Amino acid sequence: MSDNRLLEQIDRYVNGQMSGEELANFEQLRKDNPAIDSQVSEHRNFLGALKHYSERLDLESRLNAIHEEIDVHTLQDELMEKPSWIVSLWRHHHSKISVAASIAIFAVLITLMFTGGFKKHDTAYVELKKEIASVRVSTLLLNEQSHKIKKQISSSSNGNKIVNPGKFSGTGFALTANGYLVTNYHVVKDADSVYVQNVNGDAYHAKVIYTEPAQDIAFLQINDASFKSLGSVPYNFKRAKSDLGEEVFTVGYPADVIAFSEGALTSPAGFNGDSSAYELSILARPGNSGGPLLDNKGNLIGIISGKQTSYEGISFAKKSSYLLKAIQNIPSDSLAKPLNLNTRNTLAGLSRPQQIKKLRNYVFMVKVYN
Amino acid sequence: MSNRSNSSIPTDNEVILGILNNSDVVLKRLYLAYFPMVLQLIINNNGSADDAKDIYQEAIIVLYNKVKSGNFELSSKLKTYIYSVSRRLWLKRLTQMNRYGGDLKDFEEHLPVEEADHEQHADRDLQFGKMQAALSQLGEPCKTIMEDFYIHNRSMQEICERFGYTNADNAKTQKYKCLQRLKKLFFQQN
Repeated sequence: MSDNRLLEQIDRYVNGQMSGEELANFEQLRKDNPAIDSQVSEHRNFLGALKHYSERLDLESRLNAIHEEIDVHTLQDELMEKPSWIVSLWRHHHSKISVAASIAIFAVLITLMFTGGFKKHDTAYVELKKEIASVRVSTLLLNEQSHKIKKQISSSSNGNKIVNPGKFSGTGFALTANGYLVTNYHVVKDADSVYVQNVNGDAYHAKVIYTEPAQDIAFLQINDASFKSLGSVPYNFKRAKSDLGEEVFTVGYPADVIAFSEGALTSPAGFNGDSSAYELSILARPGNSGGPLLDNKGNLIGIISGKQTSYEGISFAKKSSYLLKAIQNIPSDSLAKPLNLNTRNTLAGLSRPQQIKKLRNYVFMVKVYN
Repeated sequence: MSNRSNSSIPTDNEVILGILNNSDVVLKRLYLAYFPMVLQLIINNNGSADDAKDIYQEAIIVLYNKVKSGNFELSSKLKTYIYSVSRRLWLKRLTQMNRYGGDLKDFEEHLPVEEADHEQHADRDLQFGKMQAALSQLGEPCKTIMEDFYIHNRSMQEICERFGYTNADNAKTQKYKCLQRLKKLFFQQN
């Protein structure tokens, strides 16, 4: 009971509720009794703690009331780690970005189409992989390294005997009976001298009279003393485009002996949509370059010029209309003899072996030395 | 008070005056102004929205106590102060929970919190916890009498009526009995 009495006194003292004589007495007591003095300061601390406690409770309840009004969930979504500006940019503007990207890709494709960028730099456009994956291939020129060619010494009596096999070879075919030939520009490019060898193994010296590198066409003229007329060319040159699905064939010199290969016209456009060429389902081999492409009736419709490396059995041929245009471009002073194209077709109606039997005399192996 | 000023960010001086005057309006504006900042800090550093609420309220309490104690000098922007205190508190909490990965993702500039300030707050926090524990151990009716008298600031007269004491002396005796026990429980925890 006296504890409570003392506590009451201390409590009243600390709270400043004492006055007059009582206050004076208590202060005297405090001074005289250190135990009471320490109790007073302890009580003061305690009341301070109690006051803080109640203040804090009060403040917390006020803060909680305010907190109730905040839509924490929405805020949280907004503030949650914005992944990066680029992701948020995408989230907010992906439709616009998509449209812009489509336009950009389209523009790039169009630009490449017109500048021929596909041909030269197609592997550099990695970004377009998917879009142009199907065209990301390169053509393989069909001229053949000469070291693969086994020299076959001609047993024929007329014509030159070629000892040196030449560095490159391709195929060429006659335009006229008087010795004008056509082949691919890439066959005779950088040539020092050119020989053509017929099916019997007779070789003649030839010179390049005109080239159109853009069309990959080169014209040769046999200028060899031993050369006699070929006789009238059995095929004629088709001006119009040929149709898809048409059966076509070629003969050429992928090896030292003449070889036949056939297929169909599979697309009116060549590599990378090149409209000056046909796509063919012909198995062309190195050495076929420059060979004639004929249809069933024996019309000459193109010049074999390349193949696709990524797919087997797809090759390309320059359209005959481009050949005819190139012929017109030959400067007249390059022509020592008249170049009159044959218009009569003597192959039509013949069976394929008969056609080839006639045709092979007009198809030459083109050997290039440089 | 217009809606605009209700929701706008209060100036630093407004906040300090508001705290000194116990202004509810300023407290609310203060709270709303900086909560998103602290929420962002916490939820992007391994915390939940509830953690953010705890830490933010604790930071405001630190500010409150500091301003009320009269020795508050704002050496930086209030925003930076609140962010720094919250950051310090969250670091401490993360360390206690063993969730501190050694790196906090920061969203605002911040200053080191003075150790003395932090210790003072930790000390108050400890006292608060002790008082809470002491009160919870105190049985009825003492608990209610103590809370009524010291927390809800009810007069002895009201308390007499609530508990049906026939005279104020009885109530007073009861109050001091309870106070004695509460003190004992409080200091026992040391």
